[in-house]
Amino acid sequence: MATADATAPHLDRSLPDSWTQITRVAQYELLNFARSRRFIVLLGITGAIAALFTVLIAHYRPESLLVGPIAFYGTFWGVAIAFLVDLAAVFFAGDAISGEFQNKTGYFLFGNPVRRSSIYLGKATAAFVAGLLVILIYAAVAVGNGWYYLGPPPMVFLESVAFSVLYLLSVIGVTLLFSSLFKSGAMSILVSLLLFLFAFAVIEDVIVALVHIEPWFMITYGSAIITNVINASYPAHIVHSHPFGLAGPVTTTYTATIPEGVAIMLTYAIVGAVLGYLLFRRQDFT
Amino acid sequence: MTGPTLEATNLTKQFGSFTAVHQLNLRVEGAKCVGFLGPNGAGKTTTLKMFTNFIHPTAGTARINGVDVMEDKRRALEECGSLIETPEIYPALTPREALSYIADLRGIPSRDRTRRIKEVLDEVRMTEWIDARTGKFSKGMKQRVNIAAALLPDPQILLLDEPSTGLDPRGVAEVRDIVLALKRQQRLIFMSSHLLGEVSDMCDEVAMIDHGQLLAYDTIENVTNRVVGEADLVEIGLAAAADGNLEARLGAIPGVTLVTRTDARKFTLRFRGGPAGQQKLLADLVNAQIGLLSFTPATSMARLEDTYLKLIQGGY
Ligand SMILES: Nc1ncnc2c1ncn2[C@@H]1O[C@H](COP(=O)(O)OP(=O)(O)OP(=O)(O)O)[C@@H](O)[C@H]1O
Ligand SMILES: [Mg+2]
Repeated sequence: MATADATAPHLDRSLPDSWTQITRVAQYELLNFARSRRFIVLLGITGAIAALFTVLIAHYRPESLLVGPIAFYGTFWGVAIAFLVDLAAVFFAGDAISGEFQNKTGYFLFGNPVRRSSIYLGKATAAFVAGLLVILIYAAVAVGNGWYYLGPPPMVFLESVAFSVLYLLSVIGVTLLFSSLFKSGAMSILVSLLLFLFAFAVIEDVIVALVHIEPWFMITYGSAIITNVINASYPAHIVHSHPFGLAGPVTTTYTATIPEGVAIMLTYAIVGAVLGYLLFRRQDFT
Repeated sequence: MTGPTLEATNLTKQFGSFTAVHQLNLRVEGAKCVGFLGPNGAGKTTTLKMFTNFIHPTAGTARINGVDVMEDKRRALEECGSLIETPEIYPALTPREALSYIADLRGIPSRDRTRRIKEVLDEVRMTEWIDARTGKFSKGMKQRVNIAAALLPDPQILLLDEPSTGLDPRGVAEVRDIVLALKRQQRLIFMSSHLLGEVSDMCDEVAMIDHGQLLAYDTIENVTNRVVGEADLVEIGLAAAADGNLEARLGAIPGVTLVTRTDARKFTLRFRGGPAGQQKLLADLVNAQIGLLSFTPATSMARLEDTYLKLIQGGY
């Protein structure tokens, strides 16, 4: 047995501050994404969507898309980006906490002199960085295509990219909440995914259709600014229309203004992440 | 500065209405190895988890080197390495990467990191697997890496929850050697275990717990003397079945306090006088010409086992 003897030199270690520890957690979480194929799978999905658009546009040269940058980015970018952000956030943050409980890897990590808040922030950071990479890759492909056919991208596209980054934060925030709420990784991933891919959109539609109020509390209402901003002029906030003729009932459609959309997404990001942390902080590892 | 300390004050944990640990008061100080004993479900793991911030006490405090773990986890655990409840290592990472993670979190300077990782993996005989993914490791291999992770920061205090779980016989012996080496380096080791042989070989003291309550905490010698008495035990075997009055003859030998017949050719004798008494007893038995075939003094492990069973069944 190669036992160290009593004269072995003492390790002169010094505990890093919490900020350093947060970056360490993020760094190894990213390494883990890279190693565990999560990252590859998501890049594969991103690449497939990007390739599909690129090939179809190159082959069919659709008039409706190539008339100008608004139409082009509205489709190439606008159709897919929210879906990609949903997937990325849930993939990278969906079992950030629940996975540690379920897989018992928490026993390896949590007994170290690291605050739970640092672990939480580190994992949130890693999910954000990985998600950001997905957004940037897809944006790069969109710009590559757009430039080839139409020249440099319009300002509104850059704004839309910025909003999608904000949306990434809000999906990560809410996902972290579910990840702390459930003790099964599969469960927290599934619930987050269903909510963001379908449930929120359905709930918003139902509210608008039945209750006729502005759904300012829905994340989907806020995140719509990602696509709405790619327009020649931004859509009106409230539109009353008479779809069944002037004598028929008035239908009202709402569109979040940009400050509204930003506020909604920020609120979801912060409230979700904070609630998730409060839950996680109190949890017992049993 | 005093030596390393672990201190539980009225430490209590309830799961709903069930009390897993009840007002535990325990102070361990100095470089030594303390065995933490108790039946399944006694509250050992729960106690260790409160010391390492895995679970929150319902009441009371757990302090390491004087720092409340709940109040300042970073400072409390800075000098503490732990192995609680067979952790899983991130399956996609290799031992080198997983241990680098711990090294980075604990501030082992990069110039020492590679050397130190090799050192601890060598101690647990896992150097060969340093760059293999841990996901495919056997249970015992993972446990070896977990032990390496606890040793990695070279902490003053080690909290180990059944460290030999899943290890092969050689691994068990290796753990013993590691703990003995740590003791020579003035470390405090607090270790739960069901292996009384392991405990009596390497521990100086034992803490016994049952139903969440501390039954005893003292040196092994004091606890066993108090519970099973100072007398020593010896088992003797005879060449042929003993006749009826042998029991009385054995009882009449000076120093013998109790004779128990365990089967036709075996007796257990309790005697006084320590090593000198034992020597004299052996001579007396030979002189008595009873056909003595074997003379087996009880090991400290057997005494510890007796003590353990008495304490646990005593329902103190
Ligand atoms: N999350 C929980 N909910 C309810 N009861 C729990 C929970 N965790 C532990 N317990 C109970 O607390 C008691 C103490 O458990 P603990 O794991 O500390 O025992 P132990 O002494 O480590 O036992 P073993 O030797 O089997 O490892 C047990 O009765 C167990 O059922
Ligand atoms: Mg246990």
